[in-house]
Order: sequence, then structure tokens, then C-alpha cells
Amino acid sequence: MQELKIFHEAIQNPGSVALKMKEKKRKTIGYLCSYAPEELIYAAGFHPMRLFSSKAEINLAESHLQAYCCSLVRGILEDSLSGKLDYLDGTVFPHTCDSIQRLSDIWRIKTKYEFFADVIMPAKLNTQSAKNYMRDVLIKFTTDLEKACGEKITRSALKKSIAKFNLIKTNLKKLYELRSQNPGILKGADIHAIVKGSMIMDRDQLVELLPAIVSKVSDVSALDQGKRLVLSGSICDSPDIYDIIEQAGGVVVGDDLCTGQRWFDGKIPENEEPMEALTTRYFERIVCPAKHSSTIARGENIVKLAKQTEADGVIFIILKFCDPHGFDYPYMKEFLDKEGIKNILIEIDDHSLNSGQLSTRLETFMHMI
Amino acid sequence: MNDKLVEKEKQKITSAKKMRDIMTTYYIDAMSAKENNKLVAWITSGGPVEPLIAMDIIPVYPENHGAMIGSSKMGEDLCMKAEDMGYSNDLCSYARTDISCAIVKGGPIGGLPEPDMLICCNNICGTVLKWYEIQARFFNVPLFIFDTPVCHTEFSPEIAKYVRTQIDEYIAFLEKVTKKSFDHDKMAEVGKISYQGQLLWQKVLNTTANRPSPMTAFDAFFFLALIVTLRGTMIAVDFYKELLLEMKERIKNGISIVPNEKYRLLWDNLPIWYQLKWLSSKFSDHDACLVADTYTSAWCSSLKYIDENDFLNSIAEGYTRIYLNIGVDQMADQVIEMIKFYNIDGFVMHSNRSCKPYSFGQLDIKRIVESKANIPVLMIEADMTDPRAFSQSQVETRIDAFMEIINQGK
Repeated sequence: MQELKIFHEAIQNPGSVALKMKEKKRKTIGYLCSYAPEELIYAAGFHPMRLFSSKAEINLAESHLQAYCCSLVRGILEDSLSGKLDYLDGTVFPHTCDSIQRLSDIWRIKTKYEFFADVIMPAKLNTQSAKNYMRDVLIKFTTDLEKACGEKITRSALKKSIAKFNLIKTNLKKLYELRSQNPGILKGADIHAIVKGSMIMDRDQLVELLPAIVSKVSDVSALDQGKRLVLSGSICDSPDIYDIIEQAGGVVVGDDLCTGQRWFDGKIPENEEPMEALTTRYFERIVCPAKHSSTIARGENIVKLAKQTEADGVIFIILKFCDPHGFDYPYMKEFLDKEGIKNILIEIDDHSLNSGQLSTRLETFMHMI
Repeated sequence: MNDKLVEKEKQKITSAKKMRDIMTTYYIDAMSAKENNKLVAWITSGGPVEPLIAMDIIPVYPENHGAMIGSSKMGEDLCMKAEDMGYSNDLCSYARTDISCAIVKGGPIGGLPEPDMLICCNNICGTVLKWYEIQARFFNVPLFIFDTPVCHTEFSPEIAKYVRTQIDEYIAFLEKVTKKSFDHDKMAEVGKISYQGQLLWQKVLNTTANRPSPMTAFDAFFFLALIVTLRGTMIAVDFYKELLLEMKERIKNGISIVPNEKYRLLWDNLPIWYQLKWLSSKFSDHDACLVADTYTSAWCSSLKYIDENDFLNSIAEGYTRIYLNIGVDQMADQVIEMIKFYNIDGFVMHSNRSCKPYSFGQLDIKRIVESKANIPVLMIEADMTDPRAFSQSQVETRIDAFMEIINQGK
């Protein structure tokens, strides 16, 4: 499929995307977490781009972040310090975990991009006052963006932006649904490129490409099925993992990842007051473990997702040194065990994947389910 | 020989015994809460405890318990039990020991009294949010989250409004759980006592600016327990008054805690609980006194924001702008102030695997301190409770080399 090539190229070289955007008079603002309100960044005339680690060897970041900091956070800092992110015009740090909190401080002190903002979201998402606060934070962020772009973000610009992101996210959701019905329509590594690319590429291009992909895969006739699997964790940014899963006889049919369903699920109502609608979506979206909506929200969600997708098993993919996911794993496992849903934990380092060991473990897991 | 013993006896801080007795009584009271028809709330170390005191609820601190477990060298076993339950050994060792202790009732006091409610304030870290969710599921009790957004550069009006509203929500939560109405007069009184206690604690810590210092940070780690657990009570106020007197007395009589204090050091991060004695004598052997630390001062560092006559309104800022909830550059500024105030010759940083918000940014603080204060900085890799992350021979070599550098610079 011709469209896929564009995604694969984009994720391999986000810098070239940023340069192209500059030609279109859109400056690129990088962000570090799926709670970054892309809709606002775009409405202000900027190009929002999620940052991933290029997985380069840690060298310069070593003198800022100790070895017990996760590879994603260290990797992104390394990229910045080594000049790999010089194409950025700014960065946004939504408050996430303790590691990103300190990365924000180090970034603010050490890096020299034009724009910088902390978007200090509430950590609890189950009270009216927290929702009001989130709204206040989004308004404050709007003002920061307006100062940077020198113009007001009009209500209609925000509405248009919301509609655009809705279109992108709705198509991703459709793609996931189609894949769940007919796994194999796309390779895991291709879906990874599409989702990741959708956080990196020109949004005007995405609204053309994604519906085209959806329509092409809708016509694919039923393919061989493997063991149906759901992934759960923070990010899964190693395409190799998808290949290994497929070689071991599995197909991914859904995910609870922040580079997946947690990010794109939850359409923003387009007929409501845009700022209110935006607040509600970020407040009510599928929760990240660094935030609190209830003590059992994530356990219930993973069981629901596994059942909806008729999964044979769940693979927990957790970045080493990731506290929020590490703390949630035992109880989420317990929720799945109670329902008789088989699961396995894989701890990964974003920088070095032990493929041999991983495929052995996954093959064993596929035999068990 | 006899003279030496007498000398050593003179150096001991006599208030220590009283402090031990107070803590024993406190834990006995907490353990027998049920029999006395009292409710128990588990609360994070940086959480607003005063409303609990005003409601006659017994506050219990899992973090203080973690420190006790660490000091009793029971951390490794309890950490491993949590790992058997599926918790990664990269997670906070306080959390790991508390999670397993709740089940196996282990540790030096056989586990904490069961909570009737949980109060989690995330001004110290995001870990407590997860940890308290785990305990809320385990004990099946109500959980109140006091959300204090990080003040990277400022205490914004948005944050101020949000945190202030939560104080009312907190009180409403307590009224609901206790089925009693909140006594604002009593709260005002408790607020004043809390303020007084923090002020006294600050004064106690300040006494170490004297050369030679009447106590070390290792003593402060110990005496800290009261300002954490009994903040807002007269017990803490009375005790710190006595301790302050004792310190002043020691200064007057020229009694130093390190016999030949030559070098004055500042400590950063939580203590390494299972190695306090060894570290203390190690530094003492080098004639070095750890006179202050960034940790124990956290329980009085936001005093400047608190108005004792308008306690509830002012603690929104006081509890939000604590040392760990501000930007790394502001933390470095505070360190430099301490270096000046205490006349510090060297800075010892504990890079603590268990505490990411405290440890990440340390390398930047280190560089700022080296350039602005022009003193040597030592970084020790360890963990506050889990001894598996500590290598004594390695740390010893590094301390020796560090003291050598300080000595040469003198």
C-alpha cells in the first residue's frame, strides 16, 4: 500500500516532517505525553509532534539523569542535547510522572527552543474542582500559545482544529475495529507506523491518508487468524515487538497504550462550546496510570477491552523503571486472572530489545493460550 | 579510658530517650485505636495532617513506618515479599515494604494499625498516588487525594484556587467518614500549634549553624519523627522546646557532636536508613559533621507561606510549595542558601533509586552548587530502605576520596 510508505518514512525522520511544516509556516511544538492538548497547539497555528526517543546511545543525558530513569525519558533528553531535535520550535510538558516532571525542569534549564510550557494537569480526575482546574490550565495554556503566535485562538479556529483531530482519531479507531474483526489486514509494524505517524505528520495530510487506508483495508477478505492479543502499557515504540508477536503466532487486536487507544479514543463533541468539550474529553478519556480516576478504573478497562476484542491473552509491555505502570501491573493482572484471561509481563528497555529471549517467552505464552 | 567514656556520655543528646518514649506511646495509642473508639487515617508524610488532629483522628504514616523498617534492617525481606507479589524491584522501597507489610504484618512493630481512611497528598511524589490506590483496594476504605500541582516556576492562581477548594473537600470528606461536624475553632487552635511546632523545629535545625555543631543531620533524621507524626499537637511543641533548650545548652558548654569538628557537610535526599550508624561514624572519623540536610528541613521550609492566624487558607500554598514540589533550579537556590547559612565545606548527595522526584535533577543541582558555591560534591548511589542497592566498600572509597579533596581545599 502506497500510503504506508509515507508513514514509515515520516516516523523514521520526524525532522524532515518538521522542515516541511516550516515551509507551510507551521512551527513545530514537541510534546511528551498523550495529555498534551494537540487541538489547541494546532489551533494556534503550530504543528504538534509527539516526541519519541531515537534510541541513540545514552551519552550526554548520562550527566543529567541517573541510570534508574526510564529509557524513554533519558532517550528524549539525549536527542535534545545531541542536537537531534534542533528542528523543534518549542516543547510542551503536560504533567505526567515524576520522571517527566524532572525532565521538564532539566529541559527548561538546559535547552534553548523558542517556546516552552508546562501544562500542569490535575493528577486526580474525579471531582468537579479538578475538572475546573483542568479547564483553567487549558485556558492558561491557550494564553501562552497566543503569546507565542501573536494572535488570538478564535473559537472557530479551535472548532475547526477539534473537527480535524476528531477525523484523525475516529479513523484510527475505525482502523482498530477493522483489525479486531479481521486481524492481519495490516502488519503490526504497519499499524504502529500509522498510529505513531499520526502523532508526527502533517494533520492536513493525515485527514486524506487515514480515510484512504481505512477504505482500502475494509475490502480485504478474511485472513488467517492467530492468537488474539491485547497490549497494555505505556508506549510500545519497537516495531520489532510486533514482528516477534506475529512470528510467534499472535495477532494484536487492541491496546491499552498511550501510543494507541488511550490517546485516540474519545471523540470531542463538535456542537458544544469547544473549550468545555476539550476539557471534558481530556478529563474523561481512558485514564493513564499516572492519574487517578478511581482505584479500579484501569483494571476494569483492561478486562472490558479484552472481552470486547475477544482476546485470547493480554501482554503487559512495561518500560523498565516506569513507576505508574509498575504499580498497576499486579492488580490489573489479578483482574484478568479472575476472569480467566491469560496474561504475560514483558519488561522492555526502549533502547535494547532482547529479541531472542522475547520470542521464546512469547512462543511459550502462545502455546499456553 | 574512663575519661573517654565520660566524655562520650557527655556528647550524647539526652532528649533522645524521651523521644523514643513519645514514639512508643504514639504507636501504642495508634495500635489500640479501635478499643478506644478512635479512627485511624493513613497519611503521606507531606500531607495536611492538622484537620485530622482537629477531628481527633489518629494519623499514621506509612513512610515513618518505612523508615523504621529500614533502620531495623528489615527492608530487604519485606521488599522481596512485595516483589513476589509482582511489584518490580525498581519501585519505591517504602511502598514495597508497606504493601507487603500490610499483608504479612511484619516489620519491627508487626505492621501498622489498619486504616479507616487514607489521605494521600502528592506534593512529595506521584508514587504515593499509586501506593495509596493499592492500599485503598486492599483495605477497602475511602481514599482522599489532596492534589498539589507541581510549581515548576510559580504557584499560579489556578493552582491556588484548586488547592484551596480541596481543603474544603477534605473537611467534607472527614465529616462524612467520621459522621461528625468539623470544629473550626479547634482547627484554628491546632493550626497555631502546628505552626509553633514547625517554627521550633526550624529553630532546632538552625542550632547546627553553630561551630561546632551540637547535633548532626543523623540526629535530625531521628528527631524528625515528631514533626512528621505529631505535627499539630502540644506533644511535638513541648518536646522541641526541650530539645531546643538542650541544643542551646550544648552550644553554651561547647559540647560538639563530632569530637573534633573540622569539616561541615550538607546531606541531600532521604537518609540511608540501614546504614546511619556506619555513615555517621565514617564521617566522624574524618572529623566531618553532617550539620544539615535538605530532607528534615522540608517540614518547615514552607513556613514562610503559612499564616498561623489564617491557617486553613494559607496551607494551600504552604503544602504546595514544599521542597520536592518546586523546580530543580529553585531547589538548587535553597541548597545554596543552606550552604551559606550553615557554612558548608562539602555537599553529600544520596542518589536514591527509590525516590525519583528527589534524585532526578540532582546532577544539575550538583553542577549549580559546584559552580556557584564552589564546594566539592559527592554523590552516593543507594536506596533508603533496600540494602541491595548499597555497596559499602564502594561508598567507603568514595567518601575517603571526597574527604581528601575537602581537606586539600582547606
